Amino acid sequence: MGLLGLFRRTPTSASVAKERLRIIVAQERTVRGSPDYLPLLRRELLQVIHKYVNVDPEAVQINLGQEEGHEVLELSVALPEKTRA
Amino acid sequence: MAEIIVVTSGKGGVGKTTTSASVACGLARRGKRVVVIDFDIGLRNLDLIMGCERRVVYDFVNVIQGDCTLKQALIKDKRLETLHVLAASQTRDKDALTAEGVRRVLDDLIADGFDYILCDSPAGIEKGAHLAMYYADRAVVVVNPEVSSVRDSDRILGLLASKTQRAEQGNGGVKEHLLLTRYNPRRVASGEMMSVDDVKEILGLDVIGVVPESPDVLAASNAGVPVILNDESDASRAYDDAVARLLGENLPLRFLEEPKRGFFARMFGG
Repeated sequence: MGLLGLFRRTPTSASVAKERLRIIVAQERTVRGSPDYLPLLRRELLQVIHKYVNVDPEAVQINLGQEEGHEVLELSVALPEKTRA
Repeated sequence: MAEIIVVTSGKGGVGKTTTSASVACGLARRGKRVVVIDFDIGLRNLDLIMGCERRVVYDFVNVIQGDCTLKQALIKDKRLETLHVLAASQTRDKDALTAEGVRRVLDDLIADGFDYILCDSPAGIEKGAHLAMYYADRAVVVVNPEVSSVRDSDRILGLLASKTQRAEQGNGGVKEHLLLTRYNPRRVASGEMMSVDDVKEILGLDVIGVVPESPDVLAASNAGVPVILNDESDASRAYDDAVARLLGENLPLRFLEEPKRGFFARMFGG
């Protein structure tokens, strides 16, 4: 490490660990408790949608929520802009 | 009424059995009637940590299958009068443990008048781990300040919140506590290791104890004397504090900072 290294503050390895964990734990908590078929359902729905519209895999979101005592399966698809048509 | 406490973690090698043994001793030393059960079927080890491996005649599965009475299988500790061990079976049959069988043994132990039933969970999230936590009133989640252990602990917390009898019945769920082991204050200070607060923040749970990394832990398992019984050790004091907190005492955490070395230690201590 040169003299410049003294001024460049590199994050400690503990803070890197904490940041990585914060993200992965938050992500894993969102799918916690949801049924095991959800990822497969998402993939198959995506295939069907893909037959008609060219959507980004990331643009399909599936959430299972609770609303007034019953479960709600929420599907959200962001369609691409029509500029390329 | 007996309280059922599961000691769990998800990841292996973080100190579940060490913790089960020490907490069991700590509770018994305070006059509680305690039984500690090894749920790691096929990989029995609690007996070694407790130092009673040569006195195992019957095990947990023998009791469940009716090969012996519960009384015959309970191993009375030689040091602490009110402490008993129920060893895991060394069978390779994965289905040896059943929910009904476990329930029956727990009910018999409760009827026997035990104050605390400690369930030492195996690593992983398979049947043994599931049954160890299923009937628990409280959970001690053992975690090392290290990424894989923290992530696995979060998985376990998810299971405690959904796959336990208390969660299913919706009566308040299992009360969860974190217990950090292998904590190295020097490495925390230099930014090489996550701190208690880091782990607490990520998992969002209260910390019931922080056990400093210590050579005494290996020495204790070598000898078959739970580390809490080594009065000279900081790990012992840390476990004893954790036991006091389990019993409702409000104690500040200790051993979070590197011990200050005195003048002579620095001059001559090497």
